[in-house]
Formats: sequence, C-alpha cells, structure tokens
Amino acid sequence: MLEVALRHRFPGAAGFSLEAAFTAPAPGVTVLFGASGSGKSSILAAVAGLLRPAEGRIALDGRALTDTATGCFLPPEARRCAVVFQEGRLFPHRSVEGNLRYGLRRAPRGAEGPGFEEVVALLGLAPLLARRPGRLSGGEKQRVALGRALLARPALLLLDEPLAALDMPRRTEILPFLEALRDTGRLPMLYVTHAIEEADRLADTLVLLEGGRVQAAGPLEALTTRTDLPLLAARRDAGVVLTCRVGGQERGLSRLAFPGGALLVPAAGDAPPGHHIRLRVRARDVMVARGVPPALSTDNALPAVLQAIEPAGERECFLRLGLGPSTLLARVTREAVQRLALRPGETVTALVNTVGGERG
Amino acid sequence: MTLTPEEWQAVRLSLTVSLRAVAVSLPLATLMALLLARGRFPGRTLLDAIVHLPLVVPPVVTGWALLLLFGLRGPLGAPLFEWFGIRLAFTSEGAALATGVMTFPLIVRAIRLSLEGLDRGLEDAAATLGAGRLDRFLTVTLPLMAPGILAGGVVAFAAGLGEFGAVITFASNVPGETQTLPLAIYSATQSPGGEAVAARLAAISFALAILGLLASDVLARWLARRLGRG
Repeated sequence: MLEVALRHRFPGAAGFSLEAAFTAPAPGVTVLFGASGSGKSSILAAVAGLLRPAEGRIALDGRALTDTATGCFLPPEARRCAVVFQEGRLFPHRSVEGNLRYGLRRAPRGAEGPGFEEVVALLGLAPLLARRPGRLSGGEKQRVALGRALLARPALLLLDEPLAALDMPRRTEILPFLEALRDTGRLPMLYVTHAIEEADRLADTLVLLEGGRVQAAGPLEALTTRTDLPLLAARRDAGVVLTCRVGGQERGLSRLAFPGGALLVPAAGDAPPGHHIRLRVRARDVMVARGVPPALSTDNALPAVLQAIEPAGERECFLRLGLGPSTLLARVTREAVQRLALRPGETVTALVNTVGGERG
Repeated sequence: MTLTPEEWQAVRLSLTVSLRAVAVSLPLATLMALLLARGRFPGRTLLDAIVHLPLVVPPVVTGWALLLLFGLRGPLGAPLFEWFGIRLAFTSEGAALATGVMTFPLIVRAIRLSLEGLDRGLEDAAATLGAGRLDRFLTVTLPLMAPGILAGGVVAFAAGLGEFGAVITFASNVPGETQTLPLAIYSATQSPGGEAVAARLAAISFALAILGLLASDVLARWLARRLGRG
C-alpha cells in the first residue's frame, strides 16, 4: 500500500501549491486523474524521489520513502519505484536491448519479477532489440520504456501520462499491455493521466485532483456514480462505469452481465466469453420510461428503482437508478421529470442506448 | 618538398606540445564544465570569467602572467623547482602549459554546450531504474557528453598547434625545445632569405589545420551515429 500526504509550494508568479493526501491499495492500479496543472505529475515525481516536498510523508508498504518530520528522504535509486515517462526517456546511446538490461542489471538481488525473455515476449520487443531508440516509432518507444521499467523489478510502477504523446491507434496498441499487466496483479501501479478512457480501463482506485487538491478518491465504479464531482459529472461523457462479464452472442450482439442486470451491445471488443471488461454507460445514453414502451430501437430496457433526482445545471438533472447492487445515471431535462411526475422510490424502465457507446 | 631536420623538429614539437596540452587539460576542462554548468555556488560567474580570460586577454599578457606565476622566482614556480625539480619557464613543458591555458576555454565551452543540450530527464530515468550518482554519471552523463569532449579536444589540438604569443613569452623561442611551428615561421620571416622556409612551414600548418577540421567532422558524424541521432 502506498500512502501519500504532502504539501509543497512551487516558486514563481503562479505560486502553485500542492496539498494532497491519499492511499493507494496494493495490488491494484491507482489512477491520478486531473487536468494539466492539477499537480498529478508532481505527486508522481515526489513518490519517485525526483521532487522533494516541503512537507509530508510518503510510505510504501509501511516503509517511509520521504518523511520531512524525521528528515528521511530516500534517493530515487533506493526507492524501487520505476517510472515510465511520457516521453519515454530511453537512453539514446544504447540499443533497445541495452536499455532493457539497464534496469535489470541494477535490480536488487532476489527481487521478484519477470525475466528478460518474458518481458520481450509480453511486449513484442524481439524484432526491436538491436535497434537504437532514435529509430523507433512513438508506440515502440513506450513499449521499450515499459519493458525497461518492468525489468528493474520495481516494488511500485509509476506511469506519468505514458500514452499522452501517442496518437489514437498507438494508444490502443499499448493499452492491452497495461491491462494484461494489471490483470497479473503482481505489481501495484500509480498511473497519471488526463484521459478518462485510460482511467476507465485501468483504474481500480481513482484519485481526482484539481488545483493541487484531492477532490475525491475511491474505487472507480463508486466514484463514477457520484454527481457532485464536477471533474466527472460535468463531462459530456459523464456516466457510470460497470464491470461486466462477457457472455455469449445473442442475435449478433454481445451479452454483458453486471450485478443487477445485463446489456446487449454491438461489440465487446475482442474479449472472449468469461472475461471481464469495463463499460462506460454515459448518462446521456440512458432514458427512463414508465412501464415498458411497446416498440423500441434499443434492446436494453431494464427495470430500475429511481433512487434520487440530482441537479445537473439549470435545465437538466441526473436520475440515479438502482439495478440490484448496481447504479446507472440518466441525464434528462427537468421538464421531463415534471412531465412524468417522477418521484424517488418508484420503479421505472431504464432504456440504455449502447450504439456507439464507449468500451471502458 | 623536403624539410630540414630543424624544420621537422619544429613540426614534431608542435604536435607533441599541443597533444600534451590537450591530454592534461581535457579531464580538467570536463570537471570545470560540469562545475560551471551544474554547480550552484557563490563566485560561479567570477570563475566562469577567469576561465574565459585567455580568450580575450592578449596572449602576450597570458604568457607574461604565467611567467610571473611559474617563473623560477614566482609563487608557484619556486616551490615546484625546489621541491620537485620541475622547471616550466623556457622548457617544452612550459610551452605545453602555455598552450593548455590558452586552449582551456575552448574545451570548456565545447563540453558545456554538450552538457546544456543534455536532457537531464535521462539521468532522472536512470536514477529511478536504480543507478546511483557515480553510476549515472559514468553510464549516462559521460557517454552523452562524449561528443562535446571530443569536439573540444580536436578543436583545442588544432588551435594549440598555432599558439604563438603565450608560448613565446613564457617558454621563449629555443630551437628544439620550445620552437614550435608558428615560432619557427616567425623566426624564418625574421632572418634574411628565410621566405622559402617560412612558406614550407606555413604550408604544413595549413595542411595540419585542414586535417584537424576533417578529423573533427568525421568524428562528429561517427558519434552522431553512435548516439542514434544520425
């Protein structure tokens, strides 16, 4: 488990100050999510030992890495927190293999972790080994950077916007590697990003940052059902993330089961039946009806209990819908709430449009 | 074109004096460049200025200052001679010292340039992978500084071949001991009928300079390839 509590003021006219505290359970992926300038990269630098906070304590599995109260500050090389940087930061004077072995050679003796061959196979690096970093594409560079960090056998893997410099196809090329890594469950990760899709796919725990402060922290699914967090609820794609089990095909659609219901979606990516994937159900894709409308274009009409009506701007509101233990949010106009005379506690039908929905 | 033994001697002397000067000043200049580029201490600007003085002060003045410091009765020259028996003034070692002092700022500048272009993020990355300070310096910083060190060395060597004012002031113009190429050319132009000698030696200077520049160019390309930027 990673415990972070720090306070730091950056010099300069902007006078940005950071005051953040959170814990990241291990194993698992903790995503620091926020706009640029929210302080997330500074927190990561402080964990890595590349930034010395004015005040605070950072501890990994009970061992203090930084503790200004006792004057403790472990240098980065003693922390075993390998970093995958946004720009890769591969050593230009070493081949890909030389880069990969750099961390491996310095890993503490007896440290657990994947072997060279295993990492090369996992990340598909075999054809690149003899090349120089200058001759790699952006996606290849990040794969090498990830491999290099893994081979250092870290106790915690830090990722600082590792996909931000890549275009969309490259991102989708790297994300499965990160998911596979998470699913092995061996290595805790702290992942910094401003892209909600990455948080949706990778986060077990989400830490929302704004202006150097932690706005909220908790399990991803729970946080996405909250409507009081502008960072999530004010987005166009605001909505809950459901962890679904991939079922069989039905009439050419994939069945995704979640606690309290199931959805039929056009495509569940390439995940085989039995696997778990995350699905972001956007609040604007959810409608409610009284009874079951006779003819519908969507396959997904689910009985739900209207738990609460929460404001969203001047003319709209979120309907909190309970489906067994799961929650859906629907974004509707206030006029609609009045017209249907919706009251918390009653049972409605949630109509979910999954066409063009985002696979989380 | 044939050279007399004396002329050969001047060529050889120039080469060895310049080579010795570069060999001694290269590691010192590397340290100085690191200190100036990365050090944070009071007096850094002053130190920077002192290092660069030989570039702007007339070479004769530099030579004279060396004579005052390292002369047999100078504050540094006297103990050197008494304790170690080392005499610098009017010797080929002195010529090398004068050449080294004159070319020192050239090397420092070249190395500093390469240091300032170096992405410090790479050293941070090495640290997070478990490399300590010395380890990082040897495996990341130094290899990436190499182009600057080599370029500085080659330029200083080429410039050292032509050092005149400081050498003649500090080491004098002793044939076979301190009479390097430029000094031999100067002597030839001063003696009646020496034009032919001067022309031959000037041609050699010219050829050496061209060779030096070509070598530095080839070296730079080779390094760029090695560093994966080519």
